[in-house]
Amino acid sequence: MDPRIDAAWALLPGYLGQHVLLSASALLLGLAISLPLAVAASRSAVVRWPALLVASLVQTIPSLALLALFYPLLLALSSVTKAAFGLTLPSLGFLPSLLALTLYSMLPILRNGVAGLTGVDPAIVEAARGVGMTDGQRLSQVELPLAAPVIMAGVRTAAVWTIGAATLATPVGQTSLGNYIFSGLQTENWVYVLFGCGASAALAMAADQLLGLIESGLAMRSRWRIWAGAVGLVAGTAAALAPLVVSGAAPARYVVGAKDFSEQYILAELIADRLQHAGASVERKEDLGSTFAYSALKTGAVDVYVDYSGTLWANVLKRTDNPGRAAVLAQLTAELKRRDGVIVLGSLGFENAYALAMRRSQAEALHIRTLDDLAAHAGELTFGADLEFLSRPEWTSVKNAYGLRFKAMPEYQPTFMYRALTSGQADVISAFSSDGRIAADDLVVLDDPRHALPPYDAVVLVAPKRANDTRLLGVLQPLIGKIDVTAIRAANLSVDRDTDKASPAQAAKSLETKLGL
Amino acid sequence: MRVAEPIIELRDVVKRYGQLEAVAGVSLAIEAGSFTALLGGSGSGKTTALKTINGLVVPDAGEVWVAGERVPTESGPLLRRRIGYVFQEIGLFPHMTVAENIAVGPRLAGWAKADIAPRVAALLRLVALPDDVGARLPLALSGGQRQRVGVARALAAKPAIMLMDEPFGALDPVTRDQLGRDYRALHESLGLTTLMVTHDVWEALLLADRIVVMDQGKVLADAAPSALLAGHDDPRVRALMETPRRQVERVRELAGETL
Repeated sequence: MDPRIDAAWALLPGYLGQHVLLSASALLLGLAISLPLAVAASRSAVVRWPALLVASLVQTIPSLALLALFYPLLLALSSVTKAAFGLTLPSLGFLPSLLALTLYSMLPILRNGVAGLTGVDPAIVEAARGVGMTDGQRLSQVELPLAAPVIMAGVRTAAVWTIGAATLATPVGQTSLGNYIFSGLQTENWVYVLFGCGASAALAMAADQLLGLIESGLAMRSRWRIWAGAVGLVAGTAAALAPLVVSGAAPARYVVGAKDFSEQYILAELIADRLQHAGASVERKEDLGSTFAYSALKTGAVDVYVDYSGTLWANVLKRTDNPGRAAVLAQLTAELKRRDGVIVLGSLGFENAYALAMRRSQAEALHIRTLDDLAAHAGELTFGADLEFLSRPEWTSVKNAYGLRFKAMPEYQPTFMYRALTSGQADVISAFSSDGRIAADDLVVLDDPRHALPPYDAVVLVAPKRANDTRLLGVLQPLIGKIDVTAIRAANLSVDRDTDKASPAQAAKSLETKLGL
Repeated sequence: MRVAEPIIELRDVVKRYGQLEAVAGVSLAIEAGSFTALLGGSGSGKTTALKTINGLVVPDAGEVWVAGERVPTESGPLLRRRIGYVFQEIGLFPHMTVAENIAVGPRLAGWAKADIAPRVAALLRLVALPDDVGARLPLALSGGQRQRVGVARALAAKPAIMLMDEPFGALDPVTRDQLGRDYRALHESLGLTTLMVTHDVWEALLLADRIVVMDQGKVLADAAPSALLAGHDDPRVRALMETPRRQVERVRELAGETL
């Protein structure tokens, strides 16, 4: 059997448990809010139209965007609660995912709830009033039992949506079955992608069938169906959560973060493995969105991860100048410590710079060696960028420094960006200098004589609360300055290449061996 | 002679729906133990007037008194538990068995469980339904059986007053006649005060002791059936009574000597 399938199975208990915990909590919370709201809406048109309108509007927001929007929202809310009560709210991980998915689950429950309650035969409502039921008795004894099958149909839809959308919680730092999909996409591990899709689809179908059993039980007034469905749901949820409870007994001591590309996975595995060698327990938070990673570290949700000096320079410090590699690193170390208490432990010894790259054959045919040469031909060329490059300050400064005006600028996932270049759909890409595919695909990196792109030393960042943690620092210190660009390129390529692919953990192991750790 | 205090009294009751005056100043005193028909076409305001008595409709002006109490009271549900209510659509609860439907009133009134089961059995006998009907769902019954359950449900909590809104209007003529006569017998034996809304002159003539004719929210006539048949000042009332008279003539002609 493919070793990737074994690896995927090994990750399943943790991912599935987190996925079930998140989607079940969101669904229960959604139900607790939507059901009373549906009752109020069925009673009053003043509540009905705004409630349904807002719920429909929420549904039009793409679910990934909705999840992402809760980060700044909670960040703002957290600063308010901190000022008022001295409490901070986590803006990444479980809480934003829970809130976004709760909102997402509300529309079908609300819509079906209103339809079910307003659809009760007026004669039955009149009879209920006529026999002397109070409003509450009429609701609980007549309207809710009669509307129950319609409401349950809404709950089923909500459950399927929530379980599906929960895979998108991965980039905001909440582990889910989406971890398979996001990391699989980055490392071209299609086994992982399929496994993640299959697992979440199976989970959604199982939940749908069990809720369907309850729905038909309500419609047919069959007690055993209702019980069988309910027992199945509770037992299934408990079984999925069991691994979390067991591992929860020994909480992870360190959380190692990673952004969503191969080099990050490998470095995170390397750090995690070193920590485990030192006897510590480790949890991984992978696939963090680029800007979420630093916030997670700053707030202590992540203890350690690797970032790049130029990224922090531009995005965190909002600097657009380029005083040179050493100066950037020195100022960054001082500034982050002063501003956020974040420790920049030092550079790992290589750069992963943004660099514009072309196919060697085309670059030689057009005599392009530098970005100045490129500017002369840009009008005839297509620039394939990764999803964030065009909105980053680095692009603005490169564009302005060289006057780059391309024919077209499509955006890709990094993996597909390289594919677009090799297949000729793009002529220039925003490559990463430590990427193994530069050598493997026979690409040339164009020189930047005007120094428009800042340096991107890979630096180890440590959370403020770990500033004096001698065990952690003791494990990380030996890595500083150890990894050269050749070593990391080889490791990256072993994960990214098409055949004989290594997992990030395997690549980390061979990197360790090569470094003599 | 001492005049008995009326058990139901409407004083200048007005109810408007937008521009329309559904009930345009109706006064009515109903004596305990009487069987009164509120007769009129659709839009005459008879149903609206009836519903002011159990508080399902709140009048815009005027007063409604039931058993010495001003309606609407603070607790409408408590009042309605003491007044039986039967209407054309019946409104049996489809998710409850027949027995559960009948037991709703006593259950709401807080009867002991041990008293409810024999009460349900007695009511099924009272409305001439077989015992095994109790375990069935309303959907499994015929129209006539369902309305018998409707009457049983209204009687379950032992009300003194019964309000009936076209109770037998949706039934076939034979069932309708049977149920009407059965109910009239119950009215006598239980000593009820009954107020029945109907658009059917025959039903009013044959069941009630007193007929109140309504048109466009106003009372046109208020008299015993025999007095109304004998004649009335209002031409609309005379026209109304002309129909049964003509029909009787026609049936007599058809039957010839035998009648």
